[in-house]
Amino acid sequence: MQNAPNSPAAVKPIKDIDQVVIRFAGDSGDGMQLTGDQFTRTTALMGNDIATFPDFPAEIRAPAGTLPGVSAFQLRFSSFDIHTPGDSPDVLVAMNPAALKAHIQELSKDGVLILNTGSFSALDLKKAKYEKDPRTDGTLSGWRVIEVDLAARTKEALATSTLDARGKERCKNMYALGILYWMFHRDMEPTIKSIQQKFAKKGDIVEANLMAMKAGYLYAEVTEVFQTAYRVAPAKLKPGTYRNIMGNQALCLGLVAAGQQSGLQMFLGSYPITPASDILHQLSTYKNLNVVTFQAEDEIAAVCSAIGASYSGSIGLTSTSGPGLALKAEAIGLAVMAELPLVVINVQRAGPSTGMPTKTQQADLLQAMHGRNGESPVAILAPSTPGDAFECGFEAVRIALQFMTPVIVLSDGYIANGSEPWLLPDIEQLPKIGVKFAPEQTSGEKFMPYARDQKTLARVWAKPGTKGLTHRIGGLEKADLTGNISYEPANHQHMVDTRAKKIANIADAVGEATTFGPDSGDILVLGWGSTRGAITSAVLQMQEQGHKVSACFLRWLNPLPRNLGNLLKQYKRVILPELNKGQLCSMIRAKYLVDVDSYSKVDGQPFKSQEVLDYLNNAMTRLKGGK
Amino acid sequence: MSTTEQPVLLKKDYKSDQDIRWCPGCGDYAILNAVINAFTKLQKKLHETVIVSGIGCSSRFPYYMETYGFHTIHGRAPAVATGVKVSNPALDVWVVTGDGDAMSIGGNHFIHTMRRNVGLKILMFNNRIYGLTKGQYSPTSEQGKVTKSSPMGSVDYPFSPIALALGAGATFVGRSVDIFLSHLEELVCKASAHTGTALCEIYQNCNIFNDGAYKTVTEKDTREERVLQLEHGKPLLFGADKGKGIAFDASFQPYIVTGADLGKAFIWDETAETPAPAMALATMSESEFPVPIGVFRRRDKPNFESGVQAQVAAAKAKKQTTLHELLHQGEIWEVK
Repeated sequence: MQNAPNSPAAVKPIKDIDQVVIRFAGDSGDGMQLTGDQFTRTTALMGNDIATFPDFPAEIRAPAGTLPGVSAFQLRFSSFDIHTPGDSPDVLVAMNPAALKAHIQELSKDGVLILNTGSFSALDLKKAKYEKDPRTDGTLSGWRVIEVDLAARTKEALATSTLDARGKERCKNMYALGILYWMFHRDMEPTIKSIQQKFAKKGDIVEANLMAMKAGYLYAEVTEVFQTAYRVAPAKLKPGTYRNIMGNQALCLGLVAAGQQSGLQMFLGSYPITPASDILHQLSTYKNLNVVTFQAEDEIAAVCSAIGASYSGSIGLTSTSGPGLALKAEAIGLAVMAELPLVVINVQRAGPSTGMPTKTQQADLLQAMHGRNGESPVAILAPSTPGDAFECGFEAVRIALQFMTPVIVLSDGYIANGSEPWLLPDIEQLPKIGVKFAPEQTSGEKFMPYARDQKTLARVWAKPGTKGLTHRIGGLEKADLTGNISYEPANHQHMVDTRAKKIANIADAVGEATTFGPDSGDILVLGWGSTRGAITSAVLQMQEQGHKVSACFLRWLNPLPRNLGNLLKQYKRVILPELNKGQLCSMIRAKYLVDVDSYSKVDGQPFKSQEVLDYLNNAMTRLKGGK
Repeated sequence: MSTTEQPVLLKKDYKSDQDIRWCPGCGDYAILNAVINAFTKLQKKLHETVIVSGIGCSSRFPYYMETYGFHTIHGRAPAVATGVKVSNPALDVWVVTGDGDAMSIGGNHFIHTMRRNVGLKILMFNNRIYGLTKGQYSPTSEQGKVTKSSPMGSVDYPFSPIALALGAGATFVGRSVDIFLSHLEELVCKASAHTGTALCEIYQNCNIFNDGAYKTVTEKDTREERVLQLEHGKPLLFGADKGKGIAFDASFQPYIVTGADLGKAFIWDETAETPAPAMALATMSESEFPVPIGVFRRRDKPNFESGVQAQVAAAKAKKQTTLHELLHQGEIWEVK
């Protein structure tokens, strides 16, 4: 690799490694998310594979220096294909005692701790509930500790800056970033450009931030405490054009791509909620792509307005998180009954109730399946990586339109805010989404709003404004074909069965389940949603050890793939790791009568690949031991 | 209209083929007639008209009209209708609701529709009772009302839907009564001409659970004394031979004037910028004052859907983005 432009030539030895996990931890106000984001962009542009995990508090600014205020950003980059942001960091940057306390136990053995000693006053220690100074009482033994007074160093570096003292102090994250850029042989240019762009109208801020970063870089290069720089070669990714993408972003792009391919206007009705609000923000910038966004007065109005939009011929979308899905339940039932297309995005977070808004979980599966009155089936799918959210957004729209049904997308906080390099899809390969509205009728013949496509069982879509198609629909049970109110027992049975059959038919339009690994063997690890990365890593390691372990990832949770029942029976054990108390497990057990082993975790954190690996090893030992 | 011109659509053309399932004697029949009369008079196009309703007796309305109709869920009709109207502003979108549907479970959507000034015409049938659930008090029932759920009388205070709408910034607020056929028809026509949200509160008699709720307003022998008809540009007069008037003091407290003071009666201006006179009329005591009917407020203000669609149009005019460009935004790199 060439020396980065604008970087002082590296004179210290450079060691080649194949991967690194870095975690930035500091106060909510310390700019840790921004620092992590800059490192990520630079690293992605330098061709490494990368995965990120932002972990921040729900409070905007908890009291400075306290444990609840700690915000962290973990990233892992490598010269090979990776699937998770890593289990434990090799390098921890702790901006204050609270950040140290919250994260030090996760730092890997022999890991490097970069400690900002500028925030270690007696008061700082007290706020972090340290009785003694951890730097001197042995707490940190076993790790390589690099102490830097970031505040003082930054202040020194910015002596000529016109910013006030507070403004200068806020540049200390950039000083830390500069140190890390030197340590890992990163190019400063992308960050220089980005900061110049971001603060285009504030020259003094640009100057101070860049001065701090360059000073940090230089400091690391010349001080003796930093002895080696590390280099991680670019990964051998599949050829093509890449960009770094977060799950919420990719999902929006997938939705808009589907809107463009169908030629219809999209209408998002939404109410802000963590961690889904970014979907509303992003789609509100796509007006030029025929997207209308409506910030409704509540979750119910959000989904209802989307249903109204679908009724009048647009693609109705609504985005929310778990508590919002609960509020939307009755309206989704209306869309089931009225048989209108609707895409409901649920970025799951830890529940119940308000739960932990910024922490991840997969515990809304059964809510999505059954959280409505009556027999009210909807289609459900879940993205498994940030990039996969693009395809899921696209597929959700395609199926909603083709089958005239609500589709729930179960994303989660981990996918929504995590990022990875994303191979841009070939637009030419995206399917066109053909939509046929019922044509104008002049014959005077009575229009049948519940006439169906014989293959899919989707009903016709008749847009108000079309002559000769006036009709009435609603939440009351209706007679097939005419849509008139009907309380006939046989008709109700028929309509309930038909709505169920229609959802089941989606299985023909979305393909079968495939396995990663042999088609039969000892263990099949079944996964859905964001657990894919951790499961993939663990299964790969099991396979390398020679075990007959395969993995199968389900994109569609309802309907399940046609071949799944048979596939499950090809393995001695089926293990299902999920971030809930076994929700998909209970569905699979009930449907296929297979003794699925539930590996459940509900601590608000994603699975670590080591955790899955340990579980699989234990299961394999039990299996081989005949227990 | 000249005698040689025949309307293209007749009253019967607006009626659907469905049997009406309201109780015999219900005020809803009269309202349906008045609306059909108004629609016929306006020659509304069936295929461009959408009627959205919530839940309750009133909300069965769309089934009886040969227009597009959507019978939705309890309280949510304004939210669904907002989606319909914003997606396709060319549609003529009406909401039919009741005092339970709009004032209780759907109160939030009601006020925010007014605030945004979405181009919806809202017909709220107010019978001051829950009919479809068989007779519980509603948010407009008088305090102390004895019902199935309030055997000792309701403790709740009622509110005025008109005052609520005015408070929420409504640009058109009117009131009529089910059996005042021509008055109601006229109000519906005026609402139809309004480009923003138009609320028509319609006093409706529920002859099963709250019979006679508006008896003094509707009975011939009490009507003159009990009804104050609001007429734009004319003084607020009521009573036999219009011998009484309503005037306001400096703080907009209403008082009744008679005889030599009749000249002090307030000259009604439904387009007034200040909502104060309308609010005073909407909240004056029913026991001391007559019940105002007609248009309380009518103000021109750009509607929500045109604002939304204007932004879309402006964004499209400013920047055409292809799907390819969209995906390639931000920092991209090539892997060979």
